[in-house]
Amino acid sequence: MIEMQDVFKKYPNGVTAINGIDVRINQGEFVYVVGPSGAGKSTFIKMMYREEVPTSGTITMNGVNVAKIKNKKVPIFRRNLGVVFQDFKLLPMKTVYENVAFALEVIEAQPKFIKKRVMEVLDLVNLKHKARMLPTELSGGEQQRVSIARSIVNSPKVVIADEPTGNLDPETSWEIMNIFEEINNRGTTIVMATHNREIVNTIKHRVIAIEAGKIARDEQRGDYGYEN
Amino acid sequence: MKIRTLGRHARESFKSIGRNGWMTFASVSAVTVTLILVGVFFVIMMNLNKVAQTIEEDVQIRVHIDVAANQEDQQKLQAEIEKLPEVQSVKFSSKEQELEELIKSMGEDGQAFKLFEQDNPLNDVFIVKTKNPQDTMKAAKDIGKLEYVTKAVYGKGTVEKLFNFIKASRNVGIVLIAGLFFTAVFLISNTIKITIIARRREIKIMRLVGATNNFIRWPFFLEGLWLGILGSILPIILLAIAYYHAYDYLAPKLMGNFIQILPYNPFMYQVSGILLLMGGLIGIWGSVMSVRKFLKV
Repeated sequence: MIEMQDVFKKYPNGVTAINGIDVRINQGEFVYVVGPSGAGKSTFIKMMYREEVPTSGTITMNGVNVAKIKNKKVPIFRRNLGVVFQDFKLLPMKTVYENVAFALEVIEAQPKFIKKRVMEVLDLVNLKHKARMLPTELSGGEQQRVSIARSIVNSPKVVIADEPTGNLDPETSWEIMNIFEEINNRGTTIVMATHNREIVNTIKHRVIAIEAGKIARDEQRGDYGYEN
Repeated sequence: MKIRTLGRHARESFKSIGRNGWMTFASVSAVTVTLILVGVFFVIMMNLNKVAQTIEEDVQIRVHIDVAANQEDQQKLQAEIEKLPEVQSVKFSSKEQELEELIKSMGEDGQAFKLFEQDNPLNDVFIVKTKNPQDTMKAAKDIGKLEYVTKAVYGKGTVEKLFNFIKASRNVGIVLIAGLFFTAVFLISNTIKITIIARRREIKIMRLVGATNNFIRWPFFLEGLWLGILGSILPIILLAIAYYHAYDYLAPKLMGNFIQILPYNPFMYQVSGILLLMGGLIGIWGSVMSVRKFLKV
């Protein structure tokens, strides 16, 4: 469960990105975070995986107050959630297999388990046959699937995705969405910031619209609601 | 940390060396070039030091004993000299031995002195060596004051000049080696830094995926160590071969002048050890320092 209470975020340059947000996301929900550029979507998402720290207020993720986590403990906190980025953030010198395995190596999992689990998730994203390739040898959609595989290999309760289809063509975007649906069906909470109107309007889920750092709209099975 | 994880880090570091081909090459060559310079200079300096030491050790005080002294007086004098804190050894050389040596040292011309064997004008002599060659002057002065000593000779003037020269050149050598060492550290760690800066994105991603700083640092630490060791291999081989030939060529020639240079064994093994250690340490230092910068995300 994710809970934000009275959260404000002001950057050192004086810009207030989040201007008082209260929100609660239950386990197993699929939530779209929408809004115009510069509305504070990214800050909202980044605070969830402790890339940014709120200026005031509390953010609780699975019972942990994210704002209070010390810098040193941040990596350990992140092991309990999966993050998917617009630019994939894959390790360029590692193969597909190694990229996914890395998330398990950091928790010092048994090598046998790593092998089994990595192949399982690569099968889920349909990339088992490309396990030995380097990210640069893959298409954008395939790279994003690797990134998703890496985000779920730890079986996290929450997957956070920041514009995961932002760099992909429409057809590939649908493929990616199908994978997220599949993951959500298994009980994982998904919070996804997106600009993709078609997806939000077609695959209906809860929509949180952020404008000027505040929640402008919070609807179950909502619409995208912007012209783009 | 589990042993298994350490094994994982070692494997990662080897893979990284292979995958970062050109960057690895750049770092290793920086280590190689600087260590060759440091190595050559170090070998030369150590040998000059050895030569200086040999020359210093040859310095001795010749204490001329008054002809009036009987055997008992001589023994007393010897005991007194031995009591001086700077003195290491006292050797007696009778006037007959002295004359013999003089004749020998003059070669053909020396035969003329054979006439003196009947009525030897030389004194009995104590040959005194000091523990520290630098104390020769003081010891000679003190000995000169003792009873039954006509004079205590050590090559006044020449010895002082020699010692000053040796001292100056040692200081210059230390400064040069220190300077070269720092240049090496700076050059190598900078090259490694550049190669790691190119991978800062990688480090950021690792942290995003949940890797602790230590987990990220270890493979880089080991990679730095391998780079340093790889870089020191060529300097060690080159230096070993060069010194082997240089020693073969120079040692017999210098021996004629009673100058010794450091024998191949164990000197070259020591130099190799030093270069290997230096390469490894600088490699580790360079990589750990550069990674540190990117671990504050």
